Amino acid sequence: MLSEIVKVEHLKKYFPVQKSFLEQLFTRELSYVKAVDDVAFSIRSGEIFTLAGESGCGKTTAGRVIVRLLEPTSGKIYFNGQDITKLKGEKLRLLRRKMQIIFQDPYASLNPRMKTVDAVGHPLEIHGLAKGREKKKRVLDVLERVGLTPPEQFINLYPHQLSGGQRQRIALARSIIFKPEFMVADEPVSMIDVSLRTTIIDLMLSFRKELGLTYLFITHDLAVAKYISNRIAIMYLGRIIEIGHKESLFLDPKHPYTQALLSAIPVPNPKRERKRIELSGEVPSAIDMPTGCRFHPRCPYRTDKCSKEEPQLIEVEKNHFVACHLMK
Amino acid sequence: MPLLEVDSLTVDYRTSTGTIRAVEDVSFSLNKGQKLGLAGESGSGKSTLGLSIIRLVPYPGVIAKGHIKIDGTDILKLPAHEMRSIRGGKAAYIFQDPMTSLNPVKKIGAHFVELINTHEPNTSKEEVSERTKTVLKNLEILPERMNDYPHQFSGGMRQRIMIGLAIALNPDLVIADEPTTALDVIVQAKILELLENLRKMYGMALILISHDLSIILERCDKIIIMYAGHMLEYAPSMELHKEPKHPYTQGLLQSIPNIELSDQKLAAIPGSPPNMLNPPKGCSFWPRCSYAKKICQMKEPPLVNVDHNHLVRCVLYDKGEVHAERNREG
Repeated sequence: MLSEIVKVEHLKKYFPVQKSFLEQLFTRELSYVKAVDDVAFSIRSGEIFTLAGESGCGKTTAGRVIVRLLEPTSGKIYFNGQDITKLKGEKLRLLRRKMQIIFQDPYASLNPRMKTVDAVGHPLEIHGLAKGREKKKRVLDVLERVGLTPPEQFINLYPHQLSGGQRQRIALARSIIFKPEFMVADEPVSMIDVSLRTTIIDLMLSFRKELGLTYLFITHDLAVAKYISNRIAIMYLGRIIEIGHKESLFLDPKHPYTQALLSAIPVPNPKRERKRIELSGEVPSAIDMPTGCRFHPRCPYRTDKCSKEEPQLIEVEKNHFVACHLMK
Repeated sequence: MPLLEVDSLTVDYRTSTGTIRAVEDVSFSLNKGQKLGLAGESGSGKSTLGLSIIRLVPYPGVIAKGHIKIDGTDILKLPAHEMRSIRGGKAAYIFQDPMTSLNPVKKIGAHFVELINTHEPNTSKEEVSERTKTVLKNLEILPERMNDYPHQFSGGMRQRIMIGLAIALNPDLVIADEPTTALDVIVQAKILELLENLRKMYGMALILISHDLSIILERCDKIIIMYAGHMLEYAPSMELHKEPKHPYTQGLLQSIPNIELSDQKLAAIPGSPPNMLNPPKGCSFWPRCSYAKKICQMKEPPLVNVDHNHLVRCVLYDKGEVHAERNREG
């Protein structure tokens, strides 16, 4: 049994909605966007755990809360058994060496005025670990690791002199310079051209072996999720509605939403006659959440119970959890 | 007579830093009701090719060579006012971003009124409104909503309205440029399905432009693979799926994850696409090709017909050599 490296319990992140002046006069009540609304899961050491879902489901917010870039509204986050929900100051800084994040857009995540050597080596300076020649040595070392060879050619380049794929490698190099144990990868390949995606994915997979890195992978692309992950959690409107090993999730999706999502993924095969599961309507607003099961207004199998009672995640098969009233 | 004939089309962007040849020597034709896919990565020239068909290549782009014929008329020779009636009337374009393609201060209905009045000035008010309602109904949007503004619609609905504007005048050809890239998978599937139903209903030909080869394989009869402005392969979808010939197409197909395969091993294409200001000599793909030889660096290979209607631009096929070994599953 692998040990748990990250565990979250009842995690919530609500963003208050700005009101107009008139509305403020008449009501005291604040309304919230419930981006993450009571989410719990644990990630085992060495695995790649994926949060997948459509835009607005809360997957990115969840990732940012876990690495403490956003403060959770409530709930607990554990890292290697330690409660890190309220860590501050020096302790939080030390924690950051062990958990890193890489972002979707390599055009926005690198400072356009910093050369590669400074961008990648900056974390070392902030943490007072290395500077000058020592910093350069370590930067050369990680650049080689991410396949930017020969590294000497790259250290004095600015981001605008690099392609999207190369920039994402630089972002990856910066995030592994501390040899972290855990990394949140938020859509790291969705802005990269298809022919370059595989190299980035392969790099991430190799770090898992070489550095013993554990990933929380965040994506909307279930085909990529299937290729890369061990376990996948499907989110809908701030909640996890299904978690399972990728084999059981793709072979036998249980939740009606997961079934619809999987049936909508294009398959590179012209011969295939597809049966799509049609969903009515669109994702409702995360401010005025439907009562009961949040998927019920669009669900083809809804019953009276669905609009009244919110289903909880239950284990329907070994390691396969589903939040749906149909499952009992 | 084919609906659309493109013959040795070459498009240049004449920038201050040099000329970028975005599309080079592309020829193909399309019959009524056919579905053609243009696939390629960013910078491959697929959008420029699409835009040149309705003569909307943005400045500093110039159509340097070639002919484009719609229903036998060479549109490159038409005066501007005649071209306007072809755009929208005979050939319509659906742009990628539904958020910026609608006018935010105009109601949805007004978009249709403007379109129909421009092309058919003698249409009565009642008829315009009637036609708008029919189109909206076909898009599965309530006709009452023609009095709403674009911001009151979701992204998926706005893209449906864009499709509606494209088909409202019943054109023979619709060019859809990444119509679902900004949308989620469920909405994407719905929109592509809707586009296909309307295409059948109105009997239109479709050119679908996408970076996502999965969508193109699923939805088109014929496929053009573009790379650095060149057409590297042109084949029926079934052929391309069964037997991709060009090393680039093979590489692309090996780098797309397929949810229907278990234990799939993805293979990467080494290197990155060329700088178009300074493209490689010879074949545009040779610096990334594992079969590259000396000759590839010297001259651009011709487009050869290797099989019935299967065209490839690669020296491996030029001299009747055995084609590259494939290790793709499925």
